[in-house]
Amino acid sequence: MEGLAYSRRSFLARALAAAASLALFRRLSKAEASVRQAPGQAVAARPHRWGMVIDLDRCTGCQACVVACWAENNQPLPSPEAHRAGRIIEWMTLLPSTEGEYPAVRQRLMPVPCQHCDRPPCTPVCPVFATYKNPEGLVAQIYPRCIGCRYCVNACPYTCKFFNWSTPTWPAPMEAMHNPDVSVRPKGVTEKCTFCHHRLIRAKEQAASDGRTLREGDYVPACMQVCPARAIAFGDLDEPNSAASQLGRSPRRSLLQEELGTRPKVTYLAEA
Amino acid sequence: MAQPRDLEADLIASMTRFSRPFFLLVGFLLAVIGFAAYAWVHQLRDGLVVTGLNRPVFWGIYITNFVFFIGISHAGTLISAILRLCQAEWRRPITRMAETITVLVLFIGAGNIIMDLGRPDRALNVFLHPNFRSPLLWDVTSITTYVTASICYLYLPLIPDIALLRDRLPRRRWFYGALALGWRGTPNERHRLELAIAVLAVVVIPIAVSVHTVVSWVFAMTVQPMWHSTIFGPYFVVGAIYSGIAALILAMAVLRKTYRLEAYLKPVHFKNLGLLLLVMTCLWTYFTFAEYLTTFYGHEPDEMTIFWAKLSGPYAPYFWTMAACCFAIPLVILSLPATRTIPGMVVASSTILVGMWLERFIIVVPSLINPRLPVPTSGYTPTWVEGAITAGAFAAFLLLYTLFAKVFPIISVWEVEEGRQRGIQDTVERLTTYLPEGEAPPAPATKTAWEWSR
Ligand code: SF4
Ligand code: SF4
Repeated sequence: MEGLAYSRRSFLARALAAAASLALFRRLSKAEASVRQAPGQAVAARPHRWGMVIDLDRCTGCQACVVACWAENNQPLPSPEAHRAGRIIEWMTLLPSTEGEYPAVRQRLMPVPCQHCDRPPCTPVCPVFATYKNPEGLVAQIYPRCIGCRYCVNACPYTCKFFNWSTPTWPAPMEAMHNPDVSVRPKGVTEKCTFCHHRLIRAKEQAASDGRTLREGDYVPACMQVCPARAIAFGDLDEPNSAASQLGRSPRRSLLQEELGTRPKVTYLAEA
Repeated sequence: MAQPRDLEADLIASMTRFSRPFFLLVGFLLAVIGFAAYAWVHQLRDGLVVTGLNRPVFWGIYITNFVFFIGISHAGTLISAILRLCQAEWRRPITRMAETITVLVLFIGAGNIIMDLGRPDRALNVFLHPNFRSPLLWDVTSITTYVTASICYLYLPLIPDIALLRDRLPRRRWFYGALALGWRGTPNERHRLELAIAVLAVVVIPIAVSVHTVVSWVFAMTVQPMWHSTIFGPYFVVGAIYSGIAALILAMAVLRKTYRLEAYLKPVHFKNLGLLLLVMTCLWTYFTFAEYLTTFYGHEPDEMTIFWAKLSGPYAPYFWTMAACCFAIPLVILSLPATRTIPGMVVASSTILVGMWLERFIIVVPSLINPRLPVPTSGYTPTWVEGAITAGAFAAFLLLYTLFAKVFPIISVWEVEEGRQRGIQDTVERLTTYLPEGEAPPAPATKTAWEWSR
């Protein structure tokens, strides 16, 4: 009797759970769809769609962007041991890319931040909603909620998420030099490039206090700001006249692993 | 056996006999678990930096253990449910052992996930903020369901035996009395119990299949090369049942020796399970071959990097050991009647368990260490912490199993007794229903076909 009652109840509970998750799934997909359909709405309510363009023909591989990102976003100082163990955190990182075939081989360095995919494979897999795509297309991490399972890290085809293997530390004087706008992450959580989201918040507050809407150039990530070769452009991709969307239409454009259908919002420019 | 043995007396004797080797074993296992606990405290304090994990090998031995242990869990409930539903009479003395493996190993598997979390203190977030689009949450759901169902499936057939112990062991009465739920063994009670067990046996099979399917989907739902495979679901389920039967055979062999159960666990039980194991060997090989051949033929560059890393690169020793352990050795041992003996089967089961662990390992690690982008990698060498926690996981399973066998009868007394009383009659009745209607039972042949052929 025990068992009978149990299994009937468990069956009902499971059926209900299945229905509920289906409903939730559909609601979530619809929520995302409505964000995508947003351009149809009134101009003022249209969310921005932030994106970056990196011109590899201009990039000299100087790594200024890497250092700027590291300082701006309170990333732990990479120690030689961490480097040897493969545990450094570097939201903006230079990867070697080889082009052409022997004898016309060309090697370059390619700055790779999080691509802020429009269809990120990393967000649906998070069991606790600790990584998600916000209405402006930025893919975000919620540090206080992340359980550190690293599923999103492994699901990202660009390997651009980083994990805090230990509590981040800085040598003595640097501890007092953190950027107050960016939270310091505890050990055991996942983090990645935010497109300097805190700068967007700043820019919006500034614009609001000036009584105007956001203008091109108000919101500039740290990597773009420091790039001496001006290889990085940034802006609203849905704004046809922004530098980013104009450059993004260049015939030299390409997306990283476009074939995966992740729709990255970082575009690369390079002479074929 | 010449005179009928009394299973009840035999089991109660071994349950109440606490020998020196028993205490030595428990002491040893506790020491291993203690060391693992020490390692875990270390990891909790410093973070996962104490493991060999790094970028891009974000998952390693803990996840391998998780998949392996959850796989073993299919020994039990699934096998015993199928045998029960098929009314295989020889199942009677082995179902309990199998079901116990399932329940215990599920906790060990889930424990390994906790070990892997960067923030185990926040593990409850999966219930507070569940994202049902995540395969990890599907895992949580199906494993919790499976644990619940298997505990019921273990407990229900235990009730009559607990009641028996309640009446036989007065000193443990406080304990068994509560668990027996006032069982008196009336025909009405029996009828309901059998119905409940039958229903659970049906329910538990799809749940078990869902469990390892979903475990495989944790990998297959990503777009990562050699994880993103459509056959992973059935492939993992087959592997799970395969390793599950191997674990069951090992447990049977060990219990048979230590508990002197030779009279109940006969060579025929091993032979039957051995044939099942042989079938699973072929199935597993078929799936592995299909998986690797399609990858090779498709020749997608990102996949081929990983393919060659496994077949001839740094992971070749693991791959070929796996091929020997899961294919060549068991196939030979299990096909030849001369080696399909109990010792032979113990050897085959042990190699299968080693091979299946390696299989999980070379699914997890080589894909991660060869990401699509040229990210610098520094290999993956597990540290003593990971080793200690893994050893602790195995020790915890052995300890719990040993203790379980001391507290509860590891062979179902009433079911064996029922088999003895009703089994022959039931089987004959069942066989008669297979025969064509309206004919007299065939007269005994004067000569068998075998004799004619000589
Ligand atoms: S690049 Fe990776 S981390 Fe960034 S949004 Fe895409 S999948 Fe997610
Ligand atoms: S590591 Fe954190 S953000 Fe990533 S999937 Fe796990 S819980 Fe979500």
